[in-house]
Amino acid sequence: MSETYTTIIGLEVHVQLATDSKLFCGCSTRFGAEPNTQTCPVCIGMPGTLPVMNRRAFELALRTAVALDCEIPAFTKWDRKQYYYPDLPKNYQISQYDLPMSQHGHLDIRDPKGAFATKRVRILRAHLEEDAGKSLHDEVAGKGDSLIDLNRTGTPLLEIVTEPDLRSPLEAKTFLSELKLLLTYIGVSDCNMQEGSLRVDANINLHIPASSTDPPRPGCPSDQGKHTIATPIVEIKNMNSFRAVERALEYEAGRLWHEWQETHRKLGEVPKLTRGWDDVAGVTRGQRSKEESSDYRYFPDPDLAPVTVSPAEVELVRGSLGELPAALRARLQDGFALSSYDADVLINQGQAVVVYFLEVAESAGDAKAAANWVTQDVLRVLKETNTTLDSLGLPAARLAELIRQIKLGDVPGPRAREVFQAMIERRVDVAAALESLGIAAVDESELIALASKLLAANPKTISDVRAGKAQAVGALIGQAKKQNPNIDPTRFREICLQLIETAL
Amino acid sequence: MPFFEQSAAEHLRNLETGEVSSVDLTRSYLDRIAALDARVGAFLRVDSEGALRQAAEVDAKRAQRRPVGPLGGLPVAVKDILCERGQPTTCASRILENFRPPYDATVISRLRAADAVLIGRTNLDEFAMGGSTESSAFQVTRNPWDLERTPGGSSGGSAAAVAAGFAPLAIGTDTGGSIRQPAGLCGVVGMKPTYGRVSRYGVVAYASSLDQVGPFGQSVEDVAMLLEAIAGHDPRDATSLNEPVPAYTKEVGLPLANLRVGWVREHFGQGLDADVEAAVRAALGVYESLGATLHEISLPHAKYAVATYYVIAPSEASSNLARYDGVHFGHRTNEKEMLAELAADRKQLETACDRQGLDRLDSALVRMYRRSRSEGFGPEVKRRIMLGTYALSAGYYDAYYLKALKVRRLIRQDFDRAFGQVDLIAGPITPAPAIKIGELAGDPLAMYLLDIYTVSANLAGLPGLCLPCGRSAAGLPIGLQLLAPPLAEARLLRGARMYEQATTWNTTHPEL
Repeated sequence: MSETYTTIIGLEVHVQLATDSKLFCGCSTRFGAEPNTQTCPVCIGMPGTLPVMNRRAFELALRTAVALDCEIPAFTKWDRKQYYYPDLPKNYQISQYDLPMSQHGHLDIRDPKGAFATKRVRILRAHLEEDAGKSLHDEVAGKGDSLIDLNRTGTPLLEIVTEPDLRSPLEAKTFLSELKLLLTYIGVSDCNMQEGSLRVDANINLHIPASSTDPPRPGCPSDQGKHTIATPIVEIKNMNSFRAVERALEYEAGRLWHEWQETHRKLGEVPKLTRGWDDVAGVTRGQRSKEESSDYRYFPDPDLAPVTVSPAEVELVRGSLGELPAALRARLQDGFALSSYDADVLINQGQAVVVYFLEVAESAGDAKAAANWVTQDVLRVLKETNTTLDSLGLPAARLAELIRQIKLGDVPGPRAREVFQAMIERRVDVAAALESLGIAAVDESELIALASKLLAANPKTISDVRAGKAQAVGALIGQAKKQNPNIDPTRFREICLQLIETAL
Repeated sequence: MPFFEQSAAEHLRNLETGEVSSVDLTRSYLDRIAALDARVGAFLRVDSEGALRQAAEVDAKRAQRRPVGPLGGLPVAVKDILCERGQPTTCASRILENFRPPYDATVISRLRAADAVLIGRTNLDEFAMGGSTESSAFQVTRNPWDLERTPGGSSGGSAAAVAAGFAPLAIGTDTGGSIRQPAGLCGVVGMKPTYGRVSRYGVVAYASSLDQVGPFGQSVEDVAMLLEAIAGHDPRDATSLNEPVPAYTKEVGLPLANLRVGWVREHFGQGLDADVEAAVRAALGVYESLGATLHEISLPHAKYAVATYYVIAPSEASSNLARYDGVHFGHRTNEKEMLAELAADRKQLETACDRQGLDRLDSALVRMYRRSRSEGFGPEVKRRIMLGTYALSAGYYDAYYLKALKVRRLIRQDFDRAFGQVDLIAGPITPAPAIKIGELAGDPLAMYLLDIYTVSANLAGLPGLCLPCGRSAAGLPIGLQLLAPPLAEARLLRGARMYEQATTWNTTHPEL
């Protein structure tokens, strides 16, 4: 029962913004503190307290919205979303309802392996809201106690809602990777899923071509002109990694297809269902549906002033964003002739690495070599020593110089990695590293003299080569290296062959 | 003149000259409260020990010639809806009977900084919802002028305390008239400042877009003094206005030249008590005699003010009071009984094979919410929570809440237009003098309609003041309400002081 349907997916992503303090009070947002130690009368909703907006959170939200090419309305306000839950101490959440701070943006995605064409995923809206606390249900010893940790309560979240533009679980996963890349790139969130700073819910249903077994019902206005049938929408929750999102959606698409074949139930015939992903079992399971179409009784929060944003402020933010990942990727591929793989490796490392690479590449005049050194050697050292570019001790200019000198032959290729290592360990430039390693450039005349001397001492090699066994020169290279470890073996080999030839 | 008939300004002069110490003054008031408040019921709690300690501190400061704040040593009574660190703050509700905030409201901090002596906490309608202080869960407060009558409300305890001479100054809150109306009914001066003039931080919210803290005193001068101490921008209240606070005490004595006083045609219609009408018309005459000109104005949307108020205020209240559910705040029902009740309900449904009933049966959490709130809130609070929940529900929001917001804007525009022609608006504060205790107990709508002259100022965010302007045939106080444009508190106080100086209504006191 292969692809006879189209999978329709939309995502709701909650991103925790990288502020030091909460959205409406001064409490810390640090992850992992002892329960209920990062709270104050305001974020626990103590009677009489009032919220005051954290300017920094709004700035980060604005930065994100502009990076997603959203429209930024001049006027946005706060609303109360009301529902009773023990981890929501005020029993309402301060959120944004009908006038979100941004809407109608987009993010382009592409599959490096070419599984789908580059496509534009529309962003319906992105709005700010406060997070709720965490409920821990302690079933130990049959006590059934519920514990509540309010450290997270009031943490600023940006809720990003896509249009249902995604057509496969892979597209959904790719969208999330690209979104995470963008958000970490512009520094608005660490997007750490384990710590809950990025949470994803997915909505999925299938569009099935109307077949002869289920033609549009005659005289039924809602069926007229319909060529596809939409199945009921399912919301999937509890996915803790991008891979889990992909797997859950793959599973759910299959489940929906089977369900359709069994029930032929269409969109609108059953209420929207919520299912939770069980990562170990690899299945989604039905969750208790929300109380019959919950009425959140949204209304404008009278404790908070609306926020106005001028076009000039938006332009200021736009100007401060710098080159975003998609544009950079294009530039690395088109302007520096990097492979799509190399470009992604660099960009995925974040802005600092890209800037470093660009400096090396431009200064060395060799993007490919720069990419190789940065992606293979620099990143390896960073990882091994668990350090950052700033403290690595290898400024871009020095690495560029190394690349240049290798090219000029001033640094013997086989020993380049040794030189690189010495430059980092001793925090020195190329010349000092060469000196410390006792490497001196060997000039052409020295190589010729050495080759002539060794050929003269090894007439068998000459005859072997003349007999067509060019590899016989190899024996000489070993001897040459013993006499002068700095020789370039490739060049030495060439010179030997030339000498044998010209001696004919 | 007995000490309790002296104004706060007079006390302050005596404190400054050393004629009296704050400890002596405070003790005098405490003694009077101990002797007479059993009859009035103005205070929910009196903090004798704390008050005397604060008074001694102020006396010590004076003795050591250290700087003393502008209320240096004056007792102030506070409505039991402002959070005070470590002290019960009940809002006269069972649900907050055991609530002790870990922090001070900004107004409390400012009173402390001004060296006020916090003498005790006054009674109110539960969560400030009411106009007679009868909805308090704890006690009835009586009008010092006639103990069979209510002091008005919701700040009835504060108004009665000042009228009875239990404190020279008091703090109240005004959401729909809750300072001005009891001031008028108790024959004292009370003022609701411009919305945002005084911080709401630490004031337990009833209706956030309408609530405002304000002063009570025996004279306009006293009210100016207390307002000056509590007003000003607060970074912890996003709705507080970042505007400098004028020196009200310095300005209050300056009469207003060329004053244009407006009177509202719609205020003198049906339902206005004849004594009240006569007193208010006489007051207008006083202004004329002081050189002011009188102007008839119209507030065409005033007739919708009560309806608008009773959509907006309950809507906000339903949301603000959602947090009292027994989980984090407020009374929690007896869990054992609750679980037993739930088990019995389940058993009954199972016996009856009522599958639908079983599906609909509360979870333990929902049952805890239901019982905690049912037990903790009184009938008037429940009524308003239900009104507000209804008005905000899907399908009703546009017809009620949104419509009310639009009318609110029209009401504000009426005032903007009116204040293009006049400097102050003068009129009645209530249709009639104080009602008898229990008189309107079964008729909440009639009770709501008593707010007809006061709610507009809250909806429009204007400052308003009420001061005594007469006595009814039965000897009950009648109040004159003055309204001014936003942030024109200085003008309002000066206009009120002009009238007060020309009359003697604030020089008589009830006998207890």
